[in-house]
Amino acid sequence: MDELCTGLCSVLVEAGADAGLAQFLSLLVGVLLVSGVPLITVILLIWIERKVAARIQDRIGPNRVGPVGLLQTIADMIKLLSKEDITPAAADRVLYNAAPLVSFASVVLIWAVIPFTPFHYGVDLEIGALYFVAIASFGALAIMVAGWASNNKYALLGAFRVVSLLVSYEVPLVFALLLPVLLAGSMSLLDIVNAQTGMWFVALSPLAFVIFYISSQAETGRAPFDLIEAESELVAGFNIEYSGMKFGMFFAAEFLHVFTNGILMALLFFGGWMGPLYYESPLIAFAWLGAKGGLIYFTTLWLRNTVPRLRIDQIMAFNWKFLVPLSIANVILISLALKIMQELGWAPRDLMGASFGQMLPTTFILLVINGFMILYLLGMMRKRGREARRESQIAQASLAQAAAD
Amino acid sequence: MNVLNEWAFIGIFAVMAPVFPALPIVIAWLFRPRKPNALKSSTYECGVETIGDTWVQFRVQYYIYGLIFLVFDVEMVFLFPWAVAYNEMSLFGFVAGFLFIFLLTDALFYAWKKNALDWK
Repeated sequence: MDELCTGLCSVLVEAGADAGLAQFLSLLVGVLLVSGVPLITVILLIWIERKVAARIQDRIGPNRVGPVGLLQTIADMIKLLSKEDITPAAADRVLYNAAPLVSFASVVLIWAVIPFTPFHYGVDLEIGALYFVAIASFGALAIMVAGWASNNKYALLGAFRVVSLLVSYEVPLVFALLLPVLLAGSMSLLDIVNAQTGMWFVALSPLAFVIFYISSQAETGRAPFDLIEAESELVAGFNIEYSGMKFGMFFAAEFLHVFTNGILMALLFFGGWMGPLYYESPLIAFAWLGAKGGLIYFTTLWLRNTVPRLRIDQIMAFNWKFLVPLSIANVILISLALKIMQELGWAPRDLMGASFGQMLPTTFILLVINGFMILYLLGMMRKRGREARRESQIAQASLAQAAAD
Repeated sequence: MNVLNEWAFIGIFAVMAPVFPALPIVIAWLFRPRKPNALKSSTYECGVETIGDTWVQFRVQYYIYGLIFLVFDVEMVFLFPWAVAYNEMSLFGFVAGFLFIFLLTDALFYAWKKNALDWK
């Protein structure tokens, strides 16, 4: 029991508390501290999201409540709290009420394994990456349950579409996640970050990062994959029957999910807290992680506000006929090249202690391979684009011909 | 932290995680007005009575996507141990993993050729 009980727990035991209780309390405090980070950020995120969207659309955004509108979210929360909560008579009451909870919880739970600094993290699970995959798929479950329990045809249709989208994009997401795991030789997020001391993984496999980025954008249901809220077709999608705070929970979950993905990408591909002077203080490390995650988060907002929505058949074709084969090819090529280099002795077998100089030849060769893949893809896409344009021209010409006849 | 504590942490987190969103909903329950009527709690579709049952069988296309996803998801779980062991792996283990990925790709192309990937 002694080695289990350290830190706060041992203090409590010395103060005369029961050992089991002390342990439970210390873990509970840990849970509250770790979950405090996402819960506090989400309040700020809603403001950032609205402000960025407004600026991109040449508006000012919230600016009345508090300095530069910072308290707008608080005002919105008060409004949502005082809203009447309507449960449709036809709905399945238990599932209907459970869905927003599962939706939000599935995002907060991811933060259990996210290391904030080299020394501050909830838990450093040996299967951290797999845990992320498992927890993230709860989001799809929540949407399915919400659509089904609402007993509304639009909600159900929306839920079906969204779940088929989420489920499909999970395949390239996990394949892209495979590469950082493969490079670091560990599924623990802490180990993955520490393995990037020599070189960030984005330099070793930029394509994996791009695939992860695109599919996480789809996982959060953001434009161009925002079938979740295809309001012109499905009124509002799966959350059509929800009102008040329950509706707010779906939205808070979505905002938080986007930011969580930004932080995850910073950890997996951009060296997490690595940056000048990060070893000086955990605060600097934390600031680096926040800055990198925030930057990626900003680009996702940018993308969301500038691209139009895709059709469902286009989204599905893009995933299954482009992203999935590409992510498989990426895993095959990178792992093959790295294995050959390891056998030849050009690449370090363990990245954990590798220095920048040791990583240079590996990085160079992998970058060249990635470059060729990207060039090939660009050529393929240009060819497809040309074909599509020609087809549409022919179709237009025949339409014009038919009109003339 | 040792393994037992780690999973105890996850367990407590899993219990606490739904409490965070439940808290504002419960607080709202204390404040919010309650004036239900039959019209308000009817299904929100087009303004008229909804026709027919909502909980019907859905299109088979969703099911096909689900099946393909299941194939990939299960096989990806097997690929994670392969990726973790990658750095210390012998050439035999490496090639075995490769064959596995090729089988996976094979399944994808089979589904593609069968037009199972087209949205109809």
